[in-house]
Amino acid sequence: MFPSQFTYHRAASVAEAVQLLGSNEGAKLLAGGHSLLPMMKLRVASPPTLVDIGHIADLKGVSADGDGVRIGALTTHAEIAGSALVQERAPVLAEAASRVGDPAVRNRGTIGGNVSHADPQSDLPTVLTALGATINATGPGGDRSIAAADFFTGLLENALEDNEVLTSVSVPGVASGAGTAYVKFSHPASRYSVVGAAAVVSLSGGTCSSATVVVGGVESTPTRASSVEAALAGSATGGDALAAAASAVSGDFGGDPVGDVFASNEYRQAMAAVYVRRALEAAVARAG
Amino acid sequence: MTTRSFGSGIRRREDPRLITGKAPYTDDIKLPGMVHAAILRSPHAHANIKSIDTSGAASQPGVLAVYTGADLDGVIAGMPCAWLLPGSDLKTPEHPAIAKDRVRYVGDAVAVVVAGTRYEAEDALEHIDVEYETLGVVINPKDAAQAGAPQLHDDVENNIAFTWAVAGGDTDAAFASADVTVSDTITLPRLIANPMEPRSAIASYLAAMNELTLWSTTQNPHICRFLTSVVTGVPEHKIRVIAPEVGGGFGSKIPYYPDEAITAFCAMQLGVPVKWTETRSENYLATTQGRDHVEEVEMAATSDGTITGLRTTVYAGMGAYLSTAAPGVPTILHGLMYSGAYNIANISGTIHGVFNNGTPVDAYRGAGRPEATTLIERLVDLTAAALDMDPAELRRKNLIPKFENGHDVATGIIYDSGDYELTLDACLNNADYAGLRASQAAARAEGRLVGIGMATWVEICGLGPSQVAGAVGFQGGLWESAIVRFHPTGKVNVMVGSSPHGQGEETTFAQIVSEELGVPVEDVEIIHGDTDNTPMGWGTYGSRTTVVSGGAIAFASRKIKEKSKELAAHLLEAAVEDIEYEDGTFFVRGSADQAKTIQDIALMANVAWNMPEGMEPGLEASAFYDPPNFTYPFGTHLAVVEVDPETGRIDLQNYWAVDDCGVQINPMIVEGQVHGGVVQGVGPALWEGVVYDDNGQPLTGTMQDYALPRADLLPDINVGSTTTPSPHHPLGLKGVGEAGTIAATPTVYNAVMDALRPLGVNRVDMPLTPEKVWRAINDAKNGG
Repeated sequence: MFPSQFTYHRAASVAEAVQLLGSNEGAKLLAGGHSLLPMMKLRVASPPTLVDIGHIADLKGVSADGDGVRIGALTTHAEIAGSALVQERAPVLAEAASRVGDPAVRNRGTIGGNVSHADPQSDLPTVLTALGATINATGPGGDRSIAAADFFTGLLENALEDNEVLTSVSVPGVASGAGTAYVKFSHPASRYSVVGAAAVVSLSGGTCSSATVVVGGVESTPTRASSVEAALAGSATGGDALAAAASAVSGDFGGDPVGDVFASNEYRQAMAAVYVRRALEAAVARAG
Repeated sequence: MTTRSFGSGIRRREDPRLITGKAPYTDDIKLPGMVHAAILRSPHAHANIKSIDTSGAASQPGVLAVYTGADLDGVIAGMPCAWLLPGSDLKTPEHPAIAKDRVRYVGDAVAVVVAGTRYEAEDALEHIDVEYETLGVVINPKDAAQAGAPQLHDDVENNIAFTWAVAGGDTDAAFASADVTVSDTITLPRLIANPMEPRSAIASYLAAMNELTLWSTTQNPHICRFLTSVVTGVPEHKIRVIAPEVGGGFGSKIPYYPDEAITAFCAMQLGVPVKWTETRSENYLATTQGRDHVEEVEMAATSDGTITGLRTTVYAGMGAYLSTAAPGVPTILHGLMYSGAYNIANISGTIHGVFNNGTPVDAYRGAGRPEATTLIERLVDLTAAALDMDPAELRRKNLIPKFENGHDVATGIIYDSGDYELTLDACLNNADYAGLRASQAAARAEGRLVGIGMATWVEICGLGPSQVAGAVGFQGGLWESAIVRFHPTGKVNVMVGSSPHGQGEETTFAQIVSEELGVPVEDVEIIHGDTDNTPMGWGTYGSRTTVVSGGAIAFASRKIKEKSKELAAHLLEAAVEDIEYEDGTFFVRGSADQAKTIQDIALMANVAWNMPEGMEPGLEASAFYDPPNFTYPFGTHLAVVEVDPETGRIDLQNYWAVDDCGVQINPMIVEGQVHGGVVQGVGPALWEGVVYDDNGQPLTGTMQDYALPRADLLPDINVGSTTTPSPHHPLGLKGVGEAGTIAATPTVYNAVMDALRPLGVNRVDMPLTPEKVWRAINDAKNGG
């Protein structure tokens, strides 16, 4: 586990990080190091330059942002899971963050690193897509915001330019009375989600008035379960209704399939229906 | 009076330094002028090496040397296989430390770079150009043994390294006359031992003296010295092997490895100390693995539930080469145990050791016995199902009745002592078996998949009588020796040839001396791991260290007691026959005030001012203990699982273990060994297993993919015990290091199969990962 040689820079500000990225070909940002360093140790990645943004205070912490929250890129999973503001305004994000990896990962890994790594089996991309979050970045041309639904572009690929720095994630508050849930099938070794399902459900007089459902782990980017959402809209939530709606998820998979030695894509698709139903059941139970 | 420590769960003295990270391991050692080696490993599972160009690496910064197989040829001998199984047509094809013209598994060494730093060495590896011509690959051991399979070694037909048979009774007749027969094919997955510390070696060579010092993460430094001598040509007495702290081994640090030989070669060539430390990725490729069995098995029984026959054909994957002890594992440590805890009059087994394009396979905790126990216990459950009997009752009916001094089984070995029904009853009672079955019936009525599994097992431990070792082809002895040395102040050093590495014997050995001679346990220090200051010993594996080294320590202590008695008689001016001993004090019978403590004796023996005529000074004894038989620990384990029918995920809910390891020196350590063993045994049932793709590329090459047991996936383990002393051991010990690993795999496997039984599912390959279980459930539902 010996990475190739690299040059290390510690950036004091986002502006300096952007400048360092621009002036060092192939440079990579280092935050919590939980995705990048293992790849470097395996020499799967050998960036010549690392720009450490881990000491930029502006990138840390959770703050109120309208009716939602703004989460600095360096905020750790443990901090998100423990944030009263996140628990109040986007509880499903706190729920997901509390189940990322294990305590060591949650104490070091950051939302910015997690999101920019764009691992299809990661928990936060699924939830952020379901919540309609926005990824904020700064580059040479200034700041820009990218909708989570547009941010994840492929397997370990995102919409950032090479010299952009992900600075924060803006998460809108969940509508009053909506129930949310994130359930995951955790890989026994990696603790990534074999399948993760996020649901945001609003009820009106015993029927579902709106639902957002996103599934991770099945395709190279989070899958918006539009068929499930359509089946739910105006539907009752009792009896087999949620199971029936969840089973519609099979119609939503058409992208790059994900599968491995532990769980084939066929199995992941089948599990998606199970975990979507479980997420819906939990979300419905929590909806007011 | 001293406080008795024998039999009490005093804390392990090893732990403070181990759990605070203060203990020095091989990789912590830095010698003046030391340089670093990195090994280039084959990316192909089977290929001819057409050419190697090392010139690019040699010119990299800091590089001192690059060596290939051609450089070692004729200088470093091939890796020795040291278990030459007789009567098995054993083939031992050459295993060069660095491949010369052909690689046979992903991880086979191809070249070594020595550089000033490890980073420089690793960087230089990328500049070695190797041209490979890939060859056909075979992974499954049964497939490998078929005609037409890719051949790993030109002179080994059908990749069959050996075929060994065990037979007792008339198995064909038993099957022909059986009322019921059951059969199964059981796959024991290939396992990675995963010690916390990867392997490491440092070699330092003094050419002027032809002296080689090797620091190594070995479980058996004296064997390592012996084999280093064989491989390097440096005479044994000129070699010093030091095993500093060793961070777990689980069998994977028994073998002699190419990497140790390569490191020694580099040091001898360059005249400077060389360190090589395995990365975790290398550990997953180049450290020996375990199990890898395909077992075709059958059991015969009569309608009243009497088991009458067991028949097996086993394909045991050896990997690409025969590792040090590999041939003995699926044979002597496996086939001879086919009777299990039962009277089975007719047994026959045929075991094929088969080369396949994987990492070499050797002993891994349990070594052969989990593979045997799994097939026996699975067949017992299948037989119970076929006869519609309760599996506990079928076991009870067939258990060998209590015996105290020897019981012959059909495979030809003699169990030492056993009371198997006692552990069965204790376990069923602890678990409230009747209550569990009632709960299961209720759960099944709700459509829930709840299963109860058990294993009643016996294992062969305390290896072992050297005469038997020789008879079965083990190229060494299996005795141990100990030196017990009293210092003038009454403090004691004990030097042993075995090499504990986390099992707790620094504590239990001190407890033995304390028990035998009445010294406070804290006055006894155990010295092990360095061939220069310990007597000969054959190492730590096979649940033998406490048993065999412990026996040597007991006998050395008793010699000291005899000498002390004579010296006490002399000093007290009494006849030896009138001296009595109790708790560390020698006194004249009937005159307790006329006494000498063992500490008084130690002082007087060491100063030697007043010794009896002819008595040598000093208070020190050495003993060599060669056990007259193996020991046979046993027990019953039971588990409850629930399977999620929607996902195939398994929830291991409860686990009960009742073990009988004979007399317990330290019950806390026994319990710890059972805990760790159970967890390691659950692993392959539910999660663990090396998977190769069709090209022999490992798909489980990191801890992100290879699923080790984790605490949050395990229930509390309820540990109980019974005590049936070994009749032939001076302390009644049997050993406990592997017990849990042997019992847990079949226990949990049987539990899951029991859960799935209402669906008609009766076999799923281990590990029982959710997708496999889900598919089995779906296939059953679809009438498959």
